[in-house]
Amino acid sequence: MHRIAVLRHSLHEKRLNTLADSFSLSLRLIVDLDPKLAAIIGLSLRMSVGSTLISALVGLPIGALVAIAEFPARGVVVAVLNAMMGLPPVVVGLLVYLLLSRAGPLGSFGLLFTPGAMVIAQSVLITPLVAALSRQVVEDGWHELHEQLRSLRARLARRIGTLLWDTRYALATVVLAGFGRAASEVGAVIIVGGNIDGVTRVMTTAIALETSKGDLPLALALGEVLIALVLAINLAAYALREWAKVRFG
Amino acid sequence: MAETSRGAGLPIVVQDLEVVRGATMLLRGVNLEVEPGKRTFVLGANGAGKSTLLRVLHGLVPPTRGRVRWGGAQLLPGNQAMVFQRPALLRRSGLANVVYALACIGVRGNIARERARTALHAVGLDAVARRPARVLSGGEQQRLALARAWALAPEVLFLDEPTASLDPGATHEVESIVRKIHAQGTTIVMTTHNLAQARRLADDVVFLHAGMATEQTPAHRFFISPQSSEAAAFLETERT
Amino acid sequence: MKRRIFLALFCAVLASFALSAGAAGDFIVVASTTSTEQSGLFPHLLPAFTKDTGIEVRVVAVGTGQALDIARRGDADVVFVHDRAAEEKFLGEGQGVQRFPVMYNDFVLIGPKSDPAGVAKATDVLDALRRIEAAKAPFVSRADKSGTYAAELRYWKLAGVDIDKAKGPWYRETGSGMGPALNTASAMNAYILADRGTWLNFSNRGDLGIVFQGDKRLFNQYGVMLVNPQKHPNVKQALGQKFIDWLVSPKGQSVIASYKINGQQLFFPNAGTDS
Repeated sequence: MHRIAVLRHSLHEKRLNTLADSFSLSLRLIVDLDPKLAAIIGLSLRMSVGSTLISALVGLPIGALVAIAEFPARGVVVAVLNAMMGLPPVVVGLLVYLLLSRAGPLGSFGLLFTPGAMVIAQSVLITPLVAALSRQVVEDGWHELHEQLRSLRARLARRIGTLLWDTRYALATVVLAGFGRAASEVGAVIIVGGNIDGVTRVMTTAIALETSKGDLPLALALGEVLIALVLAINLAAYALREWAKVRFG
Repeated sequence: MAETSRGAGLPIVVQDLEVVRGATMLLRGVNLEVEPGKRTFVLGANGAGKSTLLRVLHGLVPPTRGRVRWGGAQLLPGNQAMVFQRPALLRRSGLANVVYALACIGVRGNIARERARTALHAVGLDAVARRPARVLSGGEQQRLALARAWALAPEVLFLDEPTASLDPGATHEVESIVRKIHAQGTTIVMTTHNLAQARRLADDVVFLHAGMATEQTPAHRFFISPQSSEAAAFLETERT
Repeated sequence: MKRRIFLALFCAVLASFALSAGAAGDFIVVASTTSTEQSGLFPHLLPAFTKDTGIEVRVVAVGTGQALDIARRGDADVVFVHDRAAEEKFLGEGQGVQRFPVMYNDFVLIGPKSDPAGVAKATDVLDALRRIEAAKAPFVSRADKSGTYAAELRYWKLAGVDIDKAKGPWYRETGSGMGPALNTASAMNAYILADRGTWLNFSNRGDLGIVFQGDKRLFNQYGVMLVNPQKHPNVKQALGQKFIDWLVSPKGQSVIASYKINGQQLFFPNAGTDS
């Protein structure tokens, strides 16, 4: 990001307002698309999308199962699931770090300080979020459909699948919430990833680094690029959803 | 989900049925028999327990005490269907809703689609079969629920106040479909508020009062001179 | 149909990860300090090494203490830090093979240009710190296990100040890296001990500037060690040794010397000396 460094120094000479600096800088960043920045954005996206997909694959069925099945202490399970939405990312990062460290039980896989470790940590972080929120969504759908599904003698596995599909639009929002959390999170990925230049540096950890170097306009500008990215993805998801509603119902 | 039997599920014999939920006794000491081929109506005031009774007969609510036997067996039969007051349709096309019900009983592929289309045709919904089920009108949705039940070719069809939310035109359509389903050999068990509807359709009437079945009488006799005083009082109030 | 699209997308993402993981060539993990990273040395130094050897260097930049802890867990191949006492301890535990001095830079005392404690008049760094303590002027300390913090504590001790007793509201412990600590000092208009490299590369200076420098005590020595493969079999011994050899070689040393900010050399190579 050499050109950016040059721009940064010239802005400092003018001593402009930090926020104003950052806006013009963020536009420049998007337009110029420095290859290093592009690589960081690419890694951020792959990591966030990957962990979101894993969380959806694991979290949605769990949420649906807890919503539909009757078992003792169900209320406790729901409360625990909801509580886990507030898991501190840095704690999750620490736990996954201890797991993946060479001195830890999963050390032989050599996953620490790789993008894989970041995906694992984020998946651990977001899966409870997806499970807890989908539990509520599916439960609401279940209230509406439970008599009919039992009338049709649908088995548990079928009920889970049917409810997940029937509440798909609300669940899309749940998955997007998970994605938002993944894309914006820094506490877990910086511990398990190590913020290694060119390997595990993502948007959020790059912002943290630039902030700690005191380069606030650049940090803010990167933040604005990240927000714009997440916004674009959400807009695309919304458009897709509206089209699907009209087309498929 | 309880195991379902494959044998005949009729007649349905209820003995000393009691259903308690929390502190409320919803049904008590109910004895009745649903005979094959008949159109049995369950009548009574609000809160008398009609919906609960239907759900017990359909296996959705377990008895607290007493026994329900389907075709002599205590195993819940699989070939029943139910239509509720508000149709619970899935977020997919009308056709897909019917195909779904068939998939639940193990009928898939082209056979399922053919059966679905036949049922939709019988209820007059061919034109809108591909549209999302939830955008259909109230009457169309209820007809779709009936098509879904019809496609299953059930032995018994339960209907819980199916026309309560519909206008007279839609009500008439639903009634004619019920007649058609009955004509194909399905036993009908239905509840309603609409006494005129009961007069039109019922073969047999079970009257419930405060959770108790006070009588089970052939329809033509029931409306002229019911056996129980509660039923007589009920018919009197509904008349005014 | 939609389910197939979803499945295809999922597989594509997983595949992209698998591919990128497999594509890694030779690399080593070096645990180093925030000061070496934030001074900008690594982006200047490492590409030269990779060009000469084809070995990629992955730097995890944390405080000295944390870097050594990472190595103790076997998660790094090489450590490159600046706290001789901690490094000797590391060797004593059998965690490292041998220590090689590489380079030194110096610490500078940063403070508000108004200099309320009169540090600019100090005779040496110990006198400067005594003045700050006497004036109870705001002072930001890193208070982590970093080389810089270890140096700070050494100076307080040498200055005859029992910092545990003397610390009060004026002494702010942030428990953070050099950059965040500088941010805090800038916001509070406080004094702070920093390495010259990080300071020169730091942009959020506020009203701060260098108020004291040059005392020989402020020299800050960097050492490099290979993590002991006997304790941690996964350590890439051959590749790690190549890195160390290159750092102390004339080529590596000249690359270190050639790193400048605004024409000013930051790090002074001194491999082969006993430092």
